[in-house]
Amino acid sequence: MKNWLILAAGTAVLALLPLLGDNYLMRLATIATMYVVLAQSWNFIGGLAGYPSFATAGFFGLGAYTSAVLMSMGSPLYLSWAAAGVAAVLFSALVGGAILHLRGHYFAIASLVTVEVLREIVNTTPDLTGGGMGLNLPIMRMSVAEHATFFFYAMLALAVACMACAILVHKSKLGFGLRCIQQNEDAANILGVNAYLYKTAGFAFSAVFAGIAGAIYASWVHYIEPPDVFDILLSVKPLVMVLLGGLGTIFGPAIGAFVLLAFEEVVWRNFLTLHAAALGIIIVALVLFLPNGLLSVTRERFGVRRKKRPGEARP
Amino acid sequence: MSALLSLDNVSRAFGGLRAVDGVSFDVAPGEVLGLIGPNGAGKTTLINVITGVHPATDGRVVFEGRDITRMKSHQIAKLGLSRTFQIVQPFPKMTVLENVAAGALFGGQAANMAEASSAAMEQLRFTGLAQVADNPALSLTLAQRKRLEFAKGLAMKPRILMLDEVNAGLNSTEVDEALAMIRKVAERGVTIILIEHLLKVVLSVSHRIVVLHHGALIAEGAPQAVLRDPAVVEAYLGAKYAARYGGTA
Repeated sequence: MKNWLILAAGTAVLALLPLLGDNYLMRLATIATMYVVLAQSWNFIGGLAGYPSFATAGFFGLGAYTSAVLMSMGSPLYLSWAAAGVAAVLFSALVGGAILHLRGHYFAIASLVTVEVLREIVNTTPDLTGGGMGLNLPIMRMSVAEHATFFFYAMLALAVACMACAILVHKSKLGFGLRCIQQNEDAANILGVNAYLYKTAGFAFSAVFAGIAGAIYASWVHYIEPPDVFDILLSVKPLVMVLLGGLGTIFGPAIGAFVLLAFEEVVWRNFLTLHAAALGIIIVALVLFLPNGLLSVTRERFGVRRKKRPGEARP
Repeated sequence: MSALLSLDNVSRAFGGLRAVDGVSFDVAPGEVLGLIGPNGAGKTTLINVITGVHPATDGRVVFEGRDITRMKSHQIAKLGLSRTFQIVQPFPKMTVLENVAAGALFGGQAANMAEASSAAMEQLRFTGLAQVADNPALSLTLAQRKRLEFAKGLAMKPRILMLDEVNAGLNSTEVDEALAMIRKVAERGVTIILIEHLLKVVLSVSHRIVVLHHGALIAEGAPQAVLRDPAVVEAYLGAKYAARYGGTA
């Protein structure tokens, strides 16, 4: 119940942002909510199940291209976005079946490869996807401000759906099973957890929202090309955000997303050429000093310690 | 009465090594079967074969008339074959209660989290872990971890409970407590397969004993008779002792 209230309050605050009428802020807020989606998506497989996936960029790009190609064939906007989600789920189930038996580094490498494979597929099918030339999407007839507001709300709605889904999964049998797998997969299997099925479900959850986010992003920027939507940073950043906020928690990914974006903006403006190095330094500092994320700091400081019941997720 | 679990010429090879080699025996319902043998005899491998961790490379494992040789571990767990691990395998960061609730929810197929939780609490009371229910599993002593394994196994509502050296590393008071628990579980009608090095334990609770050596079954029968079997004496103590004491000791 507490989780739903926090989500509702956060959503309400963000939903009021367009009233400020600042298009730059709108743009930032849209990116922030997109980051929330990507971070929370990664958390399903990386945080809950403990499988370090680098496939997020693959789902994002697949979603972007699925919806872009459909729209270039005349499919309506929302249908194309939904199709992007479906495509990402199907792809994740297919790939998950092939690589989810790998563990640790091996899984990380295999998931990274799926991104490269998708990128190459797009590059080598120029008739359908425009290949390296990229793909233009239909321009929407609306004012700049309307456009900014529309896409902010679209991304916000997706982020809220993703967060709601996270709250439900964390409380569910699926979430409990994934946490068992994260702690000790062999023991989980012996206890009767269908690890293979659960991991695939976790992977599908990590795909669907990232895929739709890619589709919304494509419509938002009107033009996509492989290096943009299959950018490996789209796989790395969610991981950093989750580590920053709190691995396997419900609100950690969202907090991490906002903190990382704020940091990016500050560093980007002040050290144009060094921002990538700065990102690297944060990751190292995180692993060394904050292995359990920002949420763990607040929890220790304010002494929020409750008796937990099985299956109850950390807030 | 027909067998609850029957092994028919079961083998498991790892490359050229046959860790379990042509083993056949039946387990009757309600029985406490002791599974003994020198180190490396293949006892744990045999449990791994039964629970689908390392499926048999040859032969058949039949549970209640159903061939489970090729089934996955989680399916076998849901049928009611549960086991403990010799090297304890808790979910370290979860609480003790959550650990046991996982067994009740997934293996015991409790309807929901609340039901799993209350089933888990019941097993924690039985195993004497109720007062540490909200502590992380990581914080338990070895004796408590062994009992946690036991509680997890029980929460799965087992038909057959396979206890892989639940007494190893315990002091004699703790062994006596564990023994009392095993007896109580057996009285409830749960069939038990007990892997054990402590002969005191095996002799006092087992109805029947099966002896493995180099992966093969070398003796089977009533506890006292099996211990006098020359082949068993030879396996444990060597041929010299077997010649001197075999059949009379």
